[in-house]
Amino acid sequence: MPDSTRRRAIKHRFLRLLPVVPSILLLALFFLAPVAWSFGASFTDAALTGKAALHPQWVGVDNYARMLGDAVFPLSAWLTVVFVGASAILGQNLLGLAIAVLMGKAGGTMNSFVGTAVVAAWVLPEIVAAFAAYAYFSQDGTLNQVLGMFGVHGANWLYALPMATIILANIWRGTAFSMLVYRAALSEVPRDVSEAALMDGARGWQRLAYITLPIIRGSIATNLMLITLQTLAVFTLIWVMTAGGPSNASTTLPVLAYQEAFKLGDIGYGTAIASVLILIGLVFGAAYVRLLRGEKQ
Amino acid sequence: MTVFRAAQALTVKRPTAARAGARRARLAANSALAVIGLCFVLPLAWLLLASVDPHAGYQTRWPASPSFANFAAVLTPELLFQPLVNSLLLSAGTAIVNMVAAVLAAYPLSRYRSRFNKPFMYAILIGTSLPVTAIMVPVYGLFVQLQLLDSMPATIFFMATTTLPMAIWMTRNFMDSVPLELEEAAWMDGASGPATLRKIVLPLMRQGLGVVFVFVFMQAWGNFFVPFILLLTTAKQPASVSVFSFFGQHGAIAYGQLAAFSILYSVPVLVLYTVVARGSKFELSPSIAA
Repeated sequence: MPDSTRRRAIKHRFLRLLPVVPSILLLALFFLAPVAWSFGASFTDAALTGKAALHPQWVGVDNYARMLGDAVFPLSAWLTVVFVGASAILGQNLLGLAIAVLMGKAGGTMNSFVGTAVVAAWVLPEIVAAFAAYAYFSQDGTLNQVLGMFGVHGANWLYALPMATIILANIWRGTAFSMLVYRAALSEVPRDVSEAALMDGARGWQRLAYITLPIIRGSIATNLMLITLQTLAVFTLIWVMTAGGPSNASTTLPVLAYQEAFKLGDIGYGTAIASVLILIGLVFGAAYVRLLRGEKQ
Repeated sequence: MTVFRAAQALTVKRPTAARAGARRARLAANSALAVIGLCFVLPLAWLLLASVDPHAGYQTRWPASPSFANFAAVLTPELLFQPLVNSLLLSAGTAIVNMVAAVLAAYPLSRYRSRFNKPFMYAILIGTSLPVTAIMVPVYGLFVQLQLLDSMPATIFFMATTTLPMAIWMTRNFMDSVPLELEEAAWMDGASGPATLRKIVLPLMRQGLGVVFVFVFMQAWGNFFVPFILLLTTAKQPASVSVFSFFGQHGAIAYGQLAAFSILYSVPVLVLYTVVARGSKFELSPSIAA
């Protein structure tokens, strides 16, 4: 191929990709730069105010060492695992699946009632959902009123059991996503497959465990991945309900990063915690990509 | 073997017994769903009842003297309209930046084969999984250094970037479903790439574009954390942030007004969601998982 033709071909190909440039610029400026900045700043003593705000000093891995020595960080990491495991992987996932399966057997009116109720909690702005959950669990809130009908005198749940309240609130808020994913997945399971199993005399739960679930395993994996990432990033719900308290009893990593950086003004330590969260997100993201690739092949 | 077993099942199980079993299963499913549905509705009861109760607390009760006093109290320019206008500016701006950038990016990704496509789409997918709350600390630092703090346009561009990976992913999927033949015919007639995009591709995928627009708009409308960190002046803050001030920041909590404001602030996204869920065959979330 003559040189000029080749150059024109390259130029042509470059011109074709030109429309992607605005997106790349936005992602580079507002995604890549903060991530890079985060890793960079996590090795300094950058602060919100004072001398260290103007001239942050390089402190090496001090922030990360402090994380391991600090009593709050390991607690916070553990609370994050509990929060994600209990509210997303168990709560939202299993409840969403159960609702989707039950909807296949129930009547149309009931389905639209439950569908609307579950989706409403999800469509509401996060802060409004958080207010509603706060009111629900507070000392003279709805939950204690319901318990009162049965003669039980409830505690102030937000202080007594902060983790349980934010877990339940996040299940309430997020189950709609899993429900929608599983409804779509179940509607694509061929009817004759489950009917053949019915003829074979398989009971309901056997059919579910051995036939339906293996068919929709791709959707299960995708759903687990996405709700894990969404739950990992939950801030507003926890901030409004317990603000991480009492005394750090519900401080998940996003709340801890916020407190260190903005309440205590320690940007260096805050970005170190944020960097850990970003790394966890990247690992899950990479796993998610592999999962989707495996499915296509 | 299966045929035999099938025949056996048919003879063993009489149809009436099977029908009774199905009816029982249906009843059980209905009652289980009724309980679940009630549990999900219960936390919303307070919101609705407190909004029409001038003496509301955190108790859920029928208002002794129901009135729209709470709504009347928040229906003032600085309490309601300014924050809602700010929310609208932020959300519409975010959605427009997203649409323009995503459509432009999706066109070559969908229409031309290139070695660049695959790695880019995978990078985009990883981008969708970045926890946005985690990057808020570094973004704040970045905004301080670039002196972008308290700037509406900068906040819009940042919010647009957080939803951009998802928007590109969805837009490309919708564009892929527009058949190439129509464009090829237009190319034959001498139409340029931008012209075919504008006149043929975009009109054919307008329903998909609507879904992307609503998806981004709703995310931005409900976003509390980003404007909470990046916008400092009260006059620029959206409803999601200003509603927080009812929540005891200026002394006692105004329960009834908090509930009334929350409802007024939620109505736009509830309406948008209903319109999209009813009017199109696309569900918002499974299009993400697809």
